[in-house]
Amino acid sequence: MLKILKYSLSDMMRSRWIYIYTLFYLLLTTALFWLSPDLSKVIISLMNIILVLSPLIAALFSTLYFQQSREFTELLLAQPVRRSSIFWGQYFGVALSMSLSLLTGLGVPFLFYGLLVSGEIWNFLVLLFAGIILSLIFSGLAYYIALKTENKIKGFSLTILLWLFFAVIYDGLFLLILVLFNDYPLDKFALGASLFNPINLARVLILLKLDISALMGYTGAVFQQFLGSAPGMSIAVASLLVWAALPVWGIRRVAMKKDF
Amino acid sequence: MKNFMVLQFWLLLLSAHPALGGVVEVGPDGPYPTIRSAIEAAHSGDRIIVCPGIYREGQIIVDKMVSILGEGQPVLDGEGRSEILTIIADSVRVSGLVVQNVGISYMEDRAGIRVRKAKNFVIEENTLINTFFGIYLEHAGSGVIRHNKIRGEAVQENASGNAIHLWYCRNIRVDQNQVSGHRDGIYLEFVDSSVIANNLSTNNLRYGLHFMFSNGDDYFGNRFSGNGAGVAVMFSKKINMWENVFEQNWGRASYGLLLKEIYDAAIYRNTFHENTIGIHLEGCGRIKYSHNDFANNGWALKMAGGCLENTFTENNFVSNTFDLSTDSNTDDNHYDGNYWSEYAGYDLDRDEVGDVPYHPVKLFSFVVSRTPESIVLLRSVFVDLINFSEKVSPLFTPANVADHSPRMKYISWQEIQLK
Repeated sequence: MLKILKYSLSDMMRSRWIYIYTLFYLLLTTALFWLSPDLSKVIISLMNIILVLSPLIAALFSTLYFQQSREFTELLLAQPVRRSSIFWGQYFGVALSMSLSLLTGLGVPFLFYGLLVSGEIWNFLVLLFAGIILSLIFSGLAYYIALKTENKIKGFSLTILLWLFFAVIYDGLFLLILVLFNDYPLDKFALGASLFNPINLARVLILLKLDISALMGYTGAVFQQFLGSAPGMSIAVASLLVWAALPVWGIRRVAMKKDF
Repeated sequence: MKNFMVLQFWLLLLSAHPALGGVVEVGPDGPYPTIRSAIEAAHSGDRIIVCPGIYREGQIIVDKMVSILGEGQPVLDGEGRSEILTIIADSVRVSGLVVQNVGISYMEDRAGIRVRKAKNFVIEENTLINTFFGIYLEHAGSGVIRHNKIRGEAVQENASGNAIHLWYCRNIRVDQNQVSGHRDGIYLEFVDSSVIANNLSTNNLRYGLHFMFSNGDDYFGNRFSGNGAGVAVMFSKKINMWENVFEQNWGRASYGLLLKEIYDAAIYRNTFHENTIGIHLEGCGRIKYSHNDFANNGWALKMAGGCLENTFTENNFVSNTFDLSTDSNTDDNHYDGNYWSEYAGYDLDRDEVGDVPYHPVKLFSFVVSRTPESIVLLRSVFVDLINFSEKVSPLFTPANVADHSPRMKYISWQEIQLK
């Protein structure tokens, strides 16, 4: 598996787009620092972009990579290599390269602007963790969809739809339920519903770390109490990890059965 | 003999004038080692000079018209057991003392310096450290409290007092004091026609300034920073507030200024910076807000029930998460002629007034005021989307809450002279 991972990784590294993606984050972060040298403000501005963009880009890259390298995959399948290691190797290759570009794109400007001496290092790490785990989750989900669907267009649209659902539609439904059931205590529900959407959960995790959390009033306090406690935090992180593990397990299941 | 009589006459005259009265010196080595004995020996109008030293005398009652003047920072220590100075005579002046260690009491409101039923007092340039209640005025009138530094070490609200506490007073001037580390920095209850000016109130547990049932007061030039919840003004009429700074009142239940049941007030030239809520209004009417700066607050203005006929003109709203939140559909307040940094309209005739109205209530802030739980969606893409679509075509937010003549540029009121 490691060999294939290494191959996929170097394959991705050769691609022009991964550099453009890294460069985009580098430029964006530097531009934000140029506008305001306050680390905490830059983290807030970056948060929205990372929460929306990193899953989208990861999902798209993943789908495209699988569809592009289909012939090579078929070649590999003819060799005496375990099926799961082929697909896992490819998936981790894509996911790792996405995470690496995020790490470089964000990390370098932040280090340059004095991350280590400021008190914001934990907030930055939460942001980075959120970005990386979202990249992992969404490239996994997209890879799974690409494996499942023979039709390229269908796979592509499903991936976009999945992203749209978690980034936008889910929040809409969530808000609708909150407004409709206004008369009931909804804090627990809000907490539960956030756990089922990785993007939402990542956003809440970051917001609670920043001082903007004061705006969140009583509901924020309920979240803070939950996520501030060791079991609450473990549940949140576990939920993100389950989200990341689900597609890996799915890839294995499909890979075992799939007829090429 | 004749000369002597003339001298005696002059001496008599001199002693009748408070500023020119006799002098009684208190010091460890002099005839009066304690302040209490000096007050006993003094006559009305005398000056009591307190020399450097530590005086541990428990409660000292000032029942004569005297001036107690500290020289070289003499320390009056209550040793955590009792109140220190209690003034019950008129025209008393206290200055230059260090008053410390009154000690917490759950039974009585002990104070560093208390004025009870007295008039025309001056309390100035004292330092009060760890005094439960700092300066406590009850039924007092026509006095001045200025240039005092009052520091507390309050940790818990119910086990702490207020730095400057006024109760049933008239015509008091509280000027240029520095208060910190108490429950409330300055507390006023039933205080009329008084002035609170140029004070610095920081890091108090509850409010920087707390105002109840007090009418016709002015407060200006004060700075309230890092308190539990800024300033609370409740159940009062005809109050003027200007050139105050409310900043960094940041917390879940925090705000710069809380107004509850306030009528006929004027609030102008104040700065609200980095507060969770700039001004929280509840049941307030006929208040004029002008030339205030609201910058980097969570909510610049948050209105709850029954706010009528408030006018907001020529204020600046810059980079607030929400400019305005209101939970009612009908709104009787006026918002014309302000600068809003989020305004995206245009000004074709270049008269510096935007040509399309600005709606300060975002859809999301409207939703949040009705369903507080929805705040968890703060800064999500969906919320940005609905805010944007609502901005383009308002459907849900109250249509009459609008600025019909929004300014295109920041209003630099600092350059306008105060009348």
